[in-house]
Amino acid sequence: MTEQRATPQGLGTDGMLIASFLGLGVIYWLFILARAADPLITFHAYVFILAFILGLFGLVIRATNPPSDGRGAYAMDVVKAGVFASVFWGIAGFLVGVVIAFQLAFPEIFYFENAPWTNFGRLRPLHTSAVIFAFGGNVLIATSFYVVQRTCRARLAGGLAPWFVFWGYNLFIVIAATGYLIGVTQSREYAEPEWYADLWLTLVWVAYLFVFLGTIWKRKEPHIYVANWFYLSFIVTVAMLHIVNNLAMPISLANSKSYSLFAGVQDALTQWWYAHNAVGFFLTTGFLAIMYYFIPKRAERPVFSYRLSIVHFWSLIFIYIWAGPHHLHYTALPEWAQTLGMTFSIMLWMPSWGGMINGLMTLSGAWDKLRTDPVLRMMVASVAFYGMSTFEGPVMSIRAVNALSHYTDWTIGHVHSGALGWVGYISFGALYCLVPWLWKRKRLYSNAMVEWHFWISTIGIVLYITSMWVSGITQGLMWRAYNEFGFLQHSFVETVQAMHPYYAIRAFGGTLFLIGALIMAYNLWRTARGDIRAAEPQPQPQPQPLAASVPAL
Amino acid sequence: MADQDIDEHSGVETTGHEWDGIKELNNPLPRWWLIVFYISVIWAVGYWVLMPAWPGISGYTKGLRDHSERANVAADIAALDEARAEATQRLINAPSMQAIENDPGLQQFALAAGRSLFGDNCATCHGSGGQGFPGYPNLNDDAWIWGGALEDIKTTIAYGRRSDHPETTNTIMMAYGRDGLLPADDVSDLTNYVLSLSGQDHDAAAAQRAPQIFASQCAVCHGADGSGDRAQGAPNLTDAIWLFGGDRATIYETIWNGRAGVMPAWEGRLSEAEITALAVYVHSLGGGE
Repeated sequence: MTEQRATPQGLGTDGMLIASFLGLGVIYWLFILARAADPLITFHAYVFILAFILGLFGLVIRATNPPSDGRGAYAMDVVKAGVFASVFWGIAGFLVGVVIAFQLAFPEIFYFENAPWTNFGRLRPLHTSAVIFAFGGNVLIATSFYVVQRTCRARLAGGLAPWFVFWGYNLFIVIAATGYLIGVTQSREYAEPEWYADLWLTLVWVAYLFVFLGTIWKRKEPHIYVANWFYLSFIVTVAMLHIVNNLAMPISLANSKSYSLFAGVQDALTQWWYAHNAVGFFLTTGFLAIMYYFIPKRAERPVFSYRLSIVHFWSLIFIYIWAGPHHLHYTALPEWAQTLGMTFSIMLWMPSWGGMINGLMTLSGAWDKLRTDPVLRMMVASVAFYGMSTFEGPVMSIRAVNALSHYTDWTIGHVHSGALGWVGYISFGALYCLVPWLWKRKRLYSNAMVEWHFWISTIGIVLYITSMWVSGITQGLMWRAYNEFGFLQHSFVETVQAMHPYYAIRAFGGTLFLIGALIMAYNLWRTARGDIRAAEPQPQPQPQPLAASVPAL
Repeated sequence: MADQDIDEHSGVETTGHEWDGIKELNNPLPRWWLIVFYISVIWAVGYWVLMPAWPGISGYTKGLRDHSERANVAADIAALDEARAEATQRLINAPSMQAIENDPGLQQFALAAGRSLFGDNCATCHGSGGQGFPGYPNLNDDAWIWGGALEDIKTTIAYGRRSDHPETTNTIMMAYGRDGLLPADDVSDLTNYVLSLSGQDHDAAAAQRAPQIFASQCAVCHGADGSGDRAQGAPNLTDAIWLFGGDRATIYETIWNGRAGVMPAWEGRLSEAEITALAVYVHSLGGGE
C-alpha cells in the first residue's frame, strides 16, 4: 500500500472517494426526506444532510489548505481531534449521569411534566451511550490511532480515511444522542439507536477496521505489539456484536422504527450476548490495549511478561464470549445455558487478572514513581479497580449470589467500579500522557491539579461503589423477606423509600467524579496552550516519545 | 534476533523486540495464577458433570444431580400453597366477614396477607399507608364514599367502581358546565353554595341564588342537605374531607367538568381469599365501620 497524501491542489483518491460517498449520502437522505413517514426520521435526515454537507466543505478546505501533518511520518491531527472529543463527551456523559442520579434521589424535584426529553427513561440511555460510546469510543479511537502508528512505525493507512472514521463515529454519537432525547429507541440496552444509525455505524466501523489493519500491514516493526492485538480484537468483535444484535426489519426505509429479527428468550439472549461482550471487548480488551502501551511507556519499564500477555489474551477472548447468559439467571433461559454462562464467568477470572498482573508488575523497578507522578498513580489505581471488578463479576455470576444481587443496585455499583475506576482512570491517564506528547509540551500545566483530580474523583468513586453495595444488598434482602405466613414482608415502594439515602450519597459521589473531570479538562486545555502553572516552576521530566529511544543502560 | 538483552533491574531477559521504546520481559506465567486458572477450569468441568450444562441436538446433558430450577420453583410454590391452604380455606368459608375479625388467628393471617397485597396492588394510587391522593380516597379516615363496613369494602375491591366489571356501579358526576346543562353563572353560584355547606369563605349573595339549582340538580345524589349518599357514591359536601379538593377553583372545576374516578375491579385478578384478606386489612386501617 502506498502512502496517500493530500497534494497542495486536489484531494487524492481517498478524498475523492469520501467526497463522492458524502455526495451520494446527501442524495439518499434527500430522497428519504421527501418520503419521510415520521417526524423523527425527518429530523435525522436533516442532521445527516447537514453533516455530509459540512464534510464536503471540510474536504474543499482541506484541498486548498493542506494540513500541517499532511506529509509527516505520523498522522497526529486526527489523534488531537480524538483527544478533544473524548474530553468533551466525557464531561457531557458524566454530567448527564449526575443529573439522573439526582433524579433518582429526588424524583419530585427533577421531574418536568412538560419536558419529556428530561425524563429519566430518555436521559439514562443518553448517559450510558455518552460515557461508553462517546467518551470511551473516542478515547479508543484516539489512542488506537496513536499507538498503532508509534508501535508500527507507520503513518495511518488510508489517507483521509481516519478522518472519515473520526467524524463518522461522532456523527453516529450525535444521531444516537439526539434520537434518545426526541424518543427514537429500539429498547435494547446499550444498543438503543435505530436501524439507520446502526447501518451508518457499521460503515464507519468497517472503515476503522481497514485503517487499523492497513496500518499494521505497512508496519516497519517485525512483530505486532500486544496493545495492537487487543485493539484488533476490540474492533473485530465489536463489529460482529453490533451487526448480529441489531439485525432488524425497518417498517420502511422512510420510517425510524424497526423490529428485531429475534423474539422471546432468543432475543434476550442475543441482547445479553451483545451487552456482556460490549463490556468484554469494548470496555475490557480495548482499554487493556491502552494499558499495555501507556503504563510501560509512562513507567519507562518493560512489560512484565510476554508469555502472560499471550496466554491471558487468548484465554480472555475465548472465554469472555460465552459468559453473557449470566445476565439471565433464573429467567426463561434454559438452565443449561445459565450453567454455561456461570461456569465460563468463573473461568474468566484468571484470564482477566492476567492483564492486572501484567499492568501492576510492569511497575516493578518503578514503584517510587507513584509518589511523584500522579498520572502513573491514576493508571495504577485504574488497574486495581480492574482487578476488583473482574473479581466481583465472576462472584456475581454465581447463581446463588445472583439470586440476591440481580436487579439490585449492586449491579450498578459493580458496573461503576469498572466504568469510573478502570475505564475512567486508564482513559484519564492516557489523556494526561497524550496532550503533552501531541502538542509537544515539556510537561503538564499543573501536576498539583492532577493530584486534586485523582483524590477528588477517588473519593467520589468510593462513595459511589460503597453506597450502591449497601443499597443493593439492602434491596435484595428486602425483596426476599417473608413473614411467618409466607407473604412478602415489604412492598416494592418500601424498598424504594429505603434506597433514598444511598441514592443521595451516590449522586454526591458522582458529582465529585464530574468535578475531577472538569479539573482535568482545564489542566489539559492549559497544557495544550503551552502554559505552565506559576506555582510549579520546576519542569518534571516527562517521557518523550519523540526522542530516540535509548535503552536505559 | 540479537544477543540476549537482559533487563538490569530484574535480571530477566527481554524478548529482544522493542516497540517505541517498550520492551517485554520473558517472565514465566506466575505459578499461583496458573494454578488458580486450572482449579477454576476443573471446577467448571465438575459443575458440568453434576448440573444441566451442554446442549445437544434434541436435548441437553441433565447432569448427575438431575437438577431442575423449574421443578424446584413449582415445588416451593406448592409447599407454600399447602402451608396456607387451611387458613385460606377458612377465609373463604367464614360465615361472615365479621367472623374473621372475631378470630384472632385468622385475622392475623388476613392482615399479613392484606398488607402484602395492598403494598403491591393498591399503594400505587392510595399511597403506601392508604393516605390517598387527590382523586384517590384516603382509607384511614371515617369518610367513606361507598361505605366502610367490611362487606362494602369487599364489594368495592371485588367489583371496582365505574370499572369494566358487570356488577360495578356506574353513577357519575355530570359535567354541568362543559355539557351546557347549566350556564356559567349558575356554576359559579353553585360553587359558592357548596363552599357555604362546609362553612368555608364564600360570596353570600351568590350562594343565596343557588339553593333552587342545588335542589333541582344536585340533591338527588348529594341529598337535600348535601350530606351525600353512599348508595350512589355521592360524597358528603358538608365536611372538611374532599376527594378532589375543596378549594373554590377545584369545586368549580368539578361542577364544570364532572368527575368519574375509576376503581378497577380485582375479581379475576386476585383470588377470593385475597380480596377478603385485603378487605379485612383496609377495614383495619382506621376508618372501618
